[in-house]
Amino acid sequence: MKADIILSGVGGQGILSIAATLGTAALQEGLNMKQSEVHGMSQRGGDVSSNMRISDKPIASDLIAKGKADVILSVEPMESLRFISYLKPDGWLITNSKPFKNIAVYPDIEEIYSEIRKIKNHIIVNADEIAAELKSLRSSNIVMLGAATPFFDINFESLKKALQSIFENKGQDVVDKNIAALEKGREFALAEIKKR
Amino acid sequence: MDKLLLLGDEAIAQAAIDAGMSGVYAYPGTPSTEITEYIQKNKIAAERKLHSEWSANEKTAMESALGMSYAGKRAMVCMKHVGLNVAADAFMNSAITGVNGGLIIVVADDPSMHSSQNEQDSRYFGDFAMMPIFEPSNQQEAYNMVYEAFDFSEHFNVPVLVRITTRLAHSRSGIERKTLKNENKNSFPGDLRQFVLLPSIAKKNYRILLGNQARLENESEHSEFNKYIRGDNKSLGIIASGIAYNYLIENFEDEKVPYPVVKISQYPLPSDMIKELYEECETILVLEEGYPFIENKLTGVLGDKKVKGRLTGDLPRDGELNPNHVAVALGIEKPITDYTPNILTGRPPALCPGCGHTDVFIAINEVMKDYGPGKVFSDIGCYTLSALAPLKSINTCVDMGASITMAKGGVDAGLKNVIAFIGDSTFTHSGMTGLLDCVYEKTPITVIISDNDTAGMTGGQSSHAEHMLYKICKGLGVEEDHIRTFTPLRKNHEEAVKILREEIEYEGVSVIIPHRECVRTLERKHKMKVKVTKMN
Ligand SMILES: Cc1ncc(C[n+]2csc(CCOP(=O)(O)OP(=O)(O)O)c2C)c(N)n1
Ligand code: SF4
Repeated sequence: MKADIILSGVGGQGILSIAATLGTAALQEGLNMKQSEVHGMSQRGGDVSSNMRISDKPIASDLIAKGKADVILSVEPMESLRFISYLKPDGWLITNSKPFKNIAVYPDIEEIYSEIRKIKNHIIVNADEIAAELKSLRSSNIVMLGAATPFFDINFESLKKALQSIFENKGQDVVDKNIAALEKGREFALAEIKKR
Repeated sequence: MDKLLLLGDEAIAQAAIDAGMSGVYAYPGTPSTEITEYIQKNKIAAERKLHSEWSANEKTAMESALGMSYAGKRAMVCMKHVGLNVAADAFMNSAITGVNGGLIIVVADDPSMHSSQNEQDSRYFGDFAMMPIFEPSNQQEAYNMVYEAFDFSEHFNVPVLVRITTRLAHSRSGIERKTLKNENKNSFPGDLRQFVLLPSIAKKNYRILLGNQARLENESEHSEFNKYIRGDNKSLGIIASGIAYNYLIENFEDEKVPYPVVKISQYPLPSDMIKELYEECETILVLEEGYPFIENKLTGVLGDKKVKGRLTGDLPRDGELNPNHVAVALGIEKPITDYTPNILTGRPPALCPGCGHTDVFIAINEVMKDYGPGKVFSDIGCYTLSALAPLKSINTCVDMGASITMAKGGVDAGLKNVIAFIGDSTFTHSGMTGLLDCVYEKTPITVIISDNDTAGMTGGQSSHAEHMLYKICKGLGVEEDHIRTFTPLRKNHEEAVKILREEIEYEGVSVIIPHRECVRTLERKHKMKVKVTKMN
């Protein structure tokens, strides 16, 4: 078992919570993991990314090599394109559809979608809408994690347990909403695959 | 024991606690900050009352740690690479004094300059001071090395430099802990003049340090952290130091590397191992994160066609390494040029919406229209981002505190109506002495200390300046009439502009202290409050 996942987004969008959930789940399953993250300057609204590596064998590099990532999981559509040279030819790109516009000139969103559609395996998720339906806008990052789960081999129950332990101190309500977000994200992705 | 999921920085912190350290001294700086923050939040550290309060700067941190070592206890100092420039005087001399309690200096380098002004390689400093250097290749090794380093330091009567880089500092992995040791008891150095560096004593201590070098090198030859890994294919021999070793292993996935490899994590360099590799192999490839330190030692001025690395262009001369660079150097892979669609634009970091610095800059921009461009000297902090669009307010950012002193130099060279813009934490780090220079010479200068009660750039650590700036400036001799303050808010714009104009026109030292808390730390405090009320 091996999963090399690139997480991307904008500082403050919650990719570190996604990483923490994956990492906690992997460790529960007795897997090896390495996760490099961005701290410092770019957290001030710049683009941020994290390399998440999970394997049943020892992992050497903290960084994923170009052309080797199994999944790019992005919480922002333009940011999903920043690391596409890292995606392996049959890898999956899963991205949120909602742009985060904190720069003077944000490119035409339709052009961004059409670039994303050029990638063989991609899913565009309206995670903010799904999260809004759950009355939990802040869980849109966990919706995205849910949508990526069909593409790597980590036990879904372990992920739920991880959410429980990570959000526990914020109350059971927050835990439940995040678990629901995880499930909805996964359902959406599975339905998308079926359509093809 | 269960594995802990820790950042490289946190693994170092945990190791120091477990090894019986009594205090950490540090000034924040990416990517080293999380070491101290972990100790500040740790339960055992709290029970043992380990020192973990921030220091004013890296020099005061280094000296305090040296004092703790003098008193017999184990101490650690942490900083980012450029912090070592600030601490250099104390650092270099600590190699001459030697230690009593074990002393570790952890320096986090930032190749590729993710959050820094340069990518200097701290191994040169270790070499310069003739200190042993530990350079872990992964998080577990970082833990193990720091755990050992205190014993090592005490045994060889020398501080140990632990050098890490951004990727190790900020990458998480499972860590196995070792048993928790007791702290040292207080004790004085055997010779009460060991730390008196009068020439007569310093000369003696220096000879001891020189004499120690052969023993330290011998340790490197037999260290569990340095390895000679045999290989059948002798067309190439590889020297891989620190985390560069991982990029080598990554390229062979499940197979063994076919070439002989010398893995280096402990310096001084194990020259016997390196000589053997050199004799045995047709060519040598040096993989190292940072500057070509080892490669340069091997080839020197005369060069050696047999040795390849960053100097020969087989690997990039600057920036951090990655598995692809190493694959190319090994001939496994052709260089892959990054493909990104044209439509993708950059997303540079920016000041947070609502940040008080922005209001100050809007006022400065308006006033400086009348005095011409190029006159705003600035410093290091969130406010440095004002160099970029849309504000484009500042003209310099070099090193902590340089705003005031460079502005002074500019004035001395004939510039008029000059501003120095600095943050509160940077001011107490290194700005105060420069202000004293200005007061001493009555330099016509307007210093703006934009006070947000924190070191925002590094994540909101406490600032020594809190509620102190007025008193400090007055104490340094700035006239009270020319220490002004206002609250940087849009509604106070006219007042800000007026104050700025008056003080820029004044032919002496003025200090303006706009004061409003960083919106991020404010937000965090608010969240904490909500949490506490919920718990009650
Ligand atoms: C010698 C040195 N030490 C530490 C740092 C890291 N560093 C950069 S800015 C900063 C804090 C700045 O705080 P302040 O001046 O109050 O400005 P703010 O970020 O709050 O706006 C620190 C610790 C550095 N660049 N150089
Ligand atoms: S972190 Fe604080 S000081 Fe820095 S930009 Fe944001 S609000 Fe301003």
